[in-house]
Formats: sequence, C-alpha cells, structure tokens
Amino acid sequence: MHAVTIAAYALRESLRRRVFAVVALLTLTFLFLYRLGVRKAFEEAESAFPPVGVEPDEFVGATLMGMAMFAILFLGTVLAVFLTLGAVRGDAERGLLQPLVVRPLGRTTFLLGRFLGAAGVCAVYVALVYAAAVLLTGDAGGWWPDRIIAPAVELAAAVVLLVALSLLGSVFLSSTANGIAVFMLFGAGLVGGLLGQIGEAVGSPTLLTVAERTSWALPFEALYQDSLQRLTLEAGGVTRFAVELGPFGGGQEFGSWLPIWAAAYLAGVLALAAVGFARRDL
Amino acid sequence: MAARSPTTTNVTAFAAIGLQKRYGSIAALRGIDLELAEGELLGLLGPNGAGKSTLVKIGCGLVRPSAGTVVVCGAPAGSPAARGAIGYLAELFRFPGWCTADEVLSLHQRLAGSDGGERERAELLDLVGLTEARRRKVEAMSKGMQQRLGIAQALVGAPRLLFLDEPTSALDPAGRRAVRAILEEVRGRGIAVLLNSHLLSEVELVCDRVAILLDGSIVAAGRPEELMRPRGVEIETGEGTRVFEGVAREDVPRLVTEVVSAGKPVYSVRVLRSTLEDVYLDAVGEEA
Repeated sequence: MHAVTIAAYALRESLRRRVFAVVALLTLTFLFLYRLGVRKAFEEAESAFPPVGVEPDEFVGATLMGMAMFAILFLGTVLAVFLTLGAVRGDAERGLLQPLVVRPLGRTTFLLGRFLGAAGVCAVYVALVYAAAVLLTGDAGGWWPDRIIAPAVELAAAVVLLVALSLLGSVFLSSTANGIAVFMLFGAGLVGGLLGQIGEAVGSPTLLTVAERTSWALPFEALYQDSLQRLTLEAGGVTRFAVELGPFGGGQEFGSWLPIWAAAYLAGVLALAAVGFARRDL
Repeated sequence: MAARSPTTTNVTAFAAIGLQKRYGSIAALRGIDLELAEGELLGLLGPNGAGKSTLVKIGCGLVRPSAGTVVVCGAPAGSPAARGAIGYLAELFRFPGWCTADEVLSLHQRLAGSDGGERERAELLDLVGLTEARRRKVEAMSKGMQQRLGIAQALVGAPRLLFLDEPTSALDPAGRRAVRAILEEVRGRGIAVLLNSHLLSEVELVCDRVAILLDGSIVAAGRPEELMRPRGVEIETGEGTRVFEGVAREDVPRLVTEVVSAGKPVYSVRVLRSTLEDVYLDAVGEEA
C-alpha cells in the first residue's frame, strides 16, 4: 500500500516537474522526423536499392524500424534517468527524502515505490512510442514487423532494467554522477552491439565473443538486440543479411534464457539497491 | 555526564544508553546516556558539530549507531513501531514545490497511517497558522511558512515523540514566538519533544530540561533553574546600585537591614542568577 503511495507520488512529481513535457516534445519531434523519413525512404526504395535478392520494402521497413527502436530505447533511457537519477542521494541532499523515510513505510518499500512508479511510466511510454512507430512505418510503406508484441515487451523490459540501474546508482552517487554513469552504461551496451556487428561483417570471433558477453553483462542491450531480430524473424537470404547490418547494432537472438536472466538481473539490481539504501546514513 | 539514569519504562519516550556514532575516524557521539519522559520537553544545546543532529537522526532511524542502544516509545529506534510513534522536522528539509500545504499533509497522513483525514489537516494547519495557505503551493511560501508547515507535517498522526532540529532557524522573532506557543500546545497534549536549538533564550523559555553536548558528550544537563546558579544580590539605594556577589536569596533580609541601618534608603532588591547563556559558555568554553 505504501509502495503504491510512493509510486503515485513519484508519478505526480514527474508530471509537475514537467519531465513529461520535455520528453513529449522530444518524442513528437522524433515521430515527426520519423514519419518524414520513412515516407521518403519508401518512395525512393525502388529506384535507390534493390540489390539482387533483397526485398526493398522489407529492407527499408526493417532498417527504419530498427532505427526507430534505437531512438525509442534512447528516449526511454532519458526518461528513466530523469525519473530516478536523484531518487535517493540527490533527494537526501536536497532534504526531500528524510521526511518521507522516517515514516513507518520502510526504506525498501520506498525504493520499491519509486521503482514501480518510474518503471510503469517508462514501460508505457516505450510501448506507446513503439506502437506509433509501427503504425507510421506500416502506413508509409505497407511493411509490418514479423512480430509486433514481443519486440515492444522486450524494449520496455530493457528500459525497466535501466530504471533499476539508475535507481541503484542513485543510492550511491550524486544526481549528476548517476546520470553520467547510466548514460555511460547505455553507451557501453551500444558499443558492445556495434562490436558484434563489426565482428559479424569481418568474421571476427573475438569481437563476437566480446559483444555477446557485453550483452549478457548489460542485458538491456541483449533485450534490445533480441527485439530487433524479431522484427524480421521470417526474412531470409540476402534480405536478412542486409537487415542484420542495421545502423545501431544488428539484431541477435539470445534464446529462452534471456527473459530469465533479465528477471534475475533486475531482482539482483533491486536487491543491491535495497541493501545499499538500508545501510546508508541519511 | 548522564542527563538522567536511563531506565526504559512505559512512560519513557526516548532513551539512549551508551550511544556512540563514528563517521570513519571521527567520533560524533561518545557514549551518550539520555532519557526523555512522555510529555517532557528537552532542549539539546551545543556548538556546531557537537553531535546534536546525529543524536536526533539516530532516534529517527536515519543514521545507524556504531554502538549503544536507543529506544523510542518502547521500540528500537528505526523499527517500524518506533517510526510510527515519532514526528520529525529536519534541520535542512524541503517539500516538493509543486505540492500544496494540504497535499503535503495528505501524503504524510497516508504514509503515517493516520485516519485523521480532512479534520486533522485543518487542525494542524490552524495550529501553525497556515489555514489561509492551505491551497498554496510550497514554492509560493516564504521560508517561515515552510518551516511552520514542517512542524505541522511532523505532528501528522499524533506522534508520541517529536524530534525538532532547529525548528526556528529560519524564522523572524514573531515566527519564533509562534513556534514557542506551538511547543507549549504540543507539550499540553502530552507529546514529548526533543528540541535542537542554538537559541538559548528559546530553550530557556520552553524546555523542562536541557542537555548540553560538546564533542559528542553531554557536559551539562538538568532543569534550567537547576543549572542557573545564584550570582549575587543587587540592591538599589539612594547612592546608586550595588551588587553583593557570592550571596544568595537567603541573605537578602540581612543585607537590606545592614544597608538601611547605614542610613541608605532601599528602592529595589534583585537576586541575580546566571543565565542559560552563562551556563552554556561555562560548559562548552568561550571559544566554542
């Protein structure tokens, strides 16, 4: 019950602090540019591309949707970070936290409430923007992903993991340091994905191993890559090869262990945050 | 020095026994023994860094002690039962600027499990003189109003023990007087108060007992009138005012008789006592 109160408080705080207004503006800008880009790309696809064996609509649709997925992950990460970067240490330094945590709710419940509030907002946000991108792509070129729901779920899960990481960082780091740290982690995951893409292109097992291990260590990246590959699950041949060389890390299947690992990772990160918070003098 | 021999009974609102706190190599508290009865108002004095805020924060469960025991209303400090029995106003606190006064109290009612509803909120806002500002956002309030809202917030859920850390630091003289009146009212309700303050006159006026901390230890404690020692007698005669040092109230009849016998008319007699400020400076040293 107390966790719900804190989650609602966090939600209202983000609404009143106009975090949503900033993110909404960024999102509308992105969707406008995406709509423009996707229409132009489909119009010119027939004349610009088709190498032998590549389906133009499939190639354009999957590539642009892949780009959209990256943008959605990025915007979701921005939202996750803004909602949680000062949740513990930052709020404690500003004197906002102490009046709340001396109440009987307990620190773990407080943290859980903050997590539920931010994770709920971010997951819904990602799902909505993803749906908008799918509709814009389908409307512009008549191309639809092979799987529609699963990529949205995985993308939302990736952002929820970033919420948890940001919350963990907020226990130990100041707001600014935490924001930087989470974006560095996000960047590290991205670099891991790109290394895998390069490794695949040049046939380097070392790069592929590094990329795979990075993705397991930062499972939000693995979830992102897994969601990408689901967009073109049924594509084959040259088209699939071309699509896998997408602009922000190609899709890769991580198998049935990924959701289990991601759930365990999430639980571990939250447990670590709870332990760190419980031991912290305020 | 122990403020009182700590024995945790059902009328004890707060008891610290051998309480120590270290921050790395720095000892913030060095074995504090302190007890506060229900309905009692204890003033905690001391220079900056003496350990006053640390003591209060341990009582609230915000800081973990390095050694010793703290019991709050019969439960270990920091436990849900203890947190349910206290109200707390931090020295440096802030409420979200987007919240109205009513929303702040409503949030704390939910967190404290208070079923006082609208009536409790109205009563608390009336107590701190913020009835008219009920719908005003915190960001539109003066620092003094926020401070009074902080006191109202601390009283949500009818706590048995109130921790107030420098509650008048941001207030003008009128605001301080208002807070003193609130403290009197709170004491009248049987709520124990542990009051941290630098304002000696304020503590002298409202506190039942005083404890002075220096470098993490209690160096003086007792009722203000017990701590303030006789300082002599001042007699105003036709020739001016003369101070007889080292004498007490019992000596006044003899002194007056002597002065009158000497042919000097006596206009007024005043027994002099040291102030709490004198006591404080004696305890902590002038440099502190």
